[in-house]
Amino acid sequence: MTPLLSLLVAQVPALRLPQVDYFALLPEIVMAGMAFVTLGARSLTRRGLPPAVWTLVTMATGLASGTLAVLLGRRVETHGAFAAVDGALAVDGFSVLFLVLVSAAVVLFALAAHPWIEREGEDGAELLSLGMLSASGAMFMAAANDLLVIFLGLEILSIALYVLAALNRRRAASGEAAIKYFVLGAFSSAIFLYGIALTYGATGSTNLARIGTYLAANVSTHGGLLLAGLALLLVGLGFKVAAVPFHTWTPDVYQGSPSPVTGFMAAVAKAGGFAALVRILFAAMPTLRLDWQPVLYALAVLSLVVGAILAVVQRDVKRMLAYSSISHAGFILVGVVAASAAGAASVGYYLLTYTFLIMGSFAVVTVVGGPADAHQDLEDYRGLARRQPLLALGFAILLVAQAGVPFTTGFLAKFYVLTAVIAQGGYVLAVIAMLAAVAVAFFYLRLVLVMYGWAGAGAGAGAGAVGPVGDADAAGAGEVVLPAGTTSLAGVGAGGGGEPDLAVLGGGGGLALATATSTGVEQAISGEGLVAAPEGLAAGDGDPVPFPDATKVVLALCVAFTVVFGIWPAPVVDFARHATLLFGLR
Amino acid sequence: MSIPGSWFLVVAAMLFTVGAIGLLVRRNVLVMFMCVELMLNAVNLTFVTFARMLHDVGGQAAVFFVLVVAAAEVVVGLGIIVAIFRRRAGATADDLHMLKG
Repeated sequence: MTPLLSLLVAQVPALRLPQVDYFALLPEIVMAGMAFVTLGARSLTRRGLPPAVWTLVTMATGLASGTLAVLLGRRVETHGAFAAVDGALAVDGFSVLFLVLVSAAVVLFALAAHPWIEREGEDGAELLSLGMLSASGAMFMAAANDLLVIFLGLEILSIALYVLAALNRRRAASGEAAIKYFVLGAFSSAIFLYGIALTYGATGSTNLARIGTYLAANVSTHGGLLLAGLALLLVGLGFKVAAVPFHTWTPDVYQGSPSPVTGFMAAVAKAGGFAALVRILFAAMPTLRLDWQPVLYALAVLSLVVGAILAVVQRDVKRMLAYSSISHAGFILVGVVAASAAGAASVGYYLLTYTFLIMGSFAVVTVVGGPADAHQDLEDYRGLARRQPLLALGFAILLVAQAGVPFTTGFLAKFYVLTAVIAQGGYVLAVIAMLAAVAVAFFYLRLVLVMYGWAGAGAGAGAGAVGPVGDADAAGAGEVVLPAGTTSLAGVGAGGGGEPDLAVLGGGGGLALATATSTGVEQAISGEGLVAAPEGLAAGDGDPVPFPDATKVVLALCVAFTVVFGIWPAPVVDFARHATLLFGLR
Repeated sequence: MSIPGSWFLVVAAMLFTVGAIGLLVRRNVLVMFMCVELMLNAVNLTFVTFARMLHDVGGQAAVFFVLVVAAAEVVVGLGIIVAIFRRRAGATADDLHMLKG
């Protein structure tokens, strides 16, 4: 050692290394580690293994990290929440809930993507390892207790998603979606980062707990700096969760990306973004509540209204689901506006149930889309009930659940969000949210009715067109649509319990639909959802839609979760109620 | 003579604004990438300045994270650009107009 160097070493105080609690990090380590193992194994095998191998590995990874997260949750329950790695990570009920959510999303993603990988002849290892990597980023975001860790998680999540969006190289729309997502994502990340820098300048720390204590103890002399930082943080996360007016990328990216990726994006990117939003606002800046609450109020109202209106006028089903996801983001923001422990729990519950709803929906969109995801128009769903009765039934249940029909988790999610905001006196916001839910329900019901061959498909079709009539539009589409009575009989072909449902459905009305759902449910629960359905009953009825086994499993899982925990909500609601934050609002 | 820290903050804010406006105005995707880099480096300057003013090393450490993230982002972005514009003449964002509605 040279004298100069030894002099330097002597002058430097002993480095204080943080104690790393690996058990607390294990879910993230498993997820990210298996992503690299998958990539490495793929590059070491010359011809590649069958896609089923990668799917099973990914599912196992999701299950393992979910199990580890549950074990972590046990420890939190017995020993209380704690901060790990020198306060950079918070291990509390809230982070455990999101770790479980993301793990579940990975399992569903592997299943939903499997038919797509086989159909498109893509390399399963690439898609799935990027999915796992992206998921590990979302997990870090949810567990982060430091603005910089949130930023790193955000980037791990986003960069993998940019590549996933571009993965379909033969389809130009996929590349276009990726570049749009990339440019706007990088823009929003830079804005978010600038927000971190300004917050750091105003409070002297990037650690959420330290920011919280600083703001509680001091009246900031840098009020403008702090507020500018807060505003930039909100804009950056607003982009990520697709809240109006930062939503413009959403429809294009959702439409262009490969369908299973879109579902994953909707579930995981939203979950990560909202987890970070709730933690920043509730843990670090509860003292600034009067400043951020009105902003989020406006974002929530705009997202609810714009999402609902624009969803109704779309013709492309993936674009519709994109706008409906914007409307869902508005609903979740209502829970954030509540600014209470109940609000945080309702946000977690909403995102958990939404994961199952949206992943199941996009699993259906994947198989209906056909080669190169070409069939995404509303017309392509006409008469789906005749071609694939069980697929249509499962999709219909997921759609009416998203609309918020009782006896589903979708209803409970909306209910808890509204309860949380009403407890804080937000009556006006609750009324706006309910009206928007009614408006957006029209779009879900239209899709259901189109699948069962009843509704007029015109974009501007009013409720009047929803009736038991043979459709005039059908001639234009070159399809033969049977009169309603025949349709219902044909649609029911596969499942005996279905016929009364459809008869009631013909009567129209939300309540009738609820009955239809709950009856249809028993089919799904009793395992009939797994029985192969006869292919395309009526000839000249659009392309036959395949129903691969993996899609059956993912649809059965999603429908079962939605309906079972809609009727028997206690376990999931209790789980969400434990999702309290380590620091900040309780 | 020492320059007050706030000057650096103002320069960083101006750089950030230039980057943001450039990203929104310019149509060449490569130039848009450069604008993102400009924004990130403006943030780096802000971090270093605050670290100096607060006598806290945390802000300087943050810069390393940002540099790594920026590099990773550019790698992925260029990969996407190459994948898309292999079949096209120039890298103009206005040529991408399949998705709308």
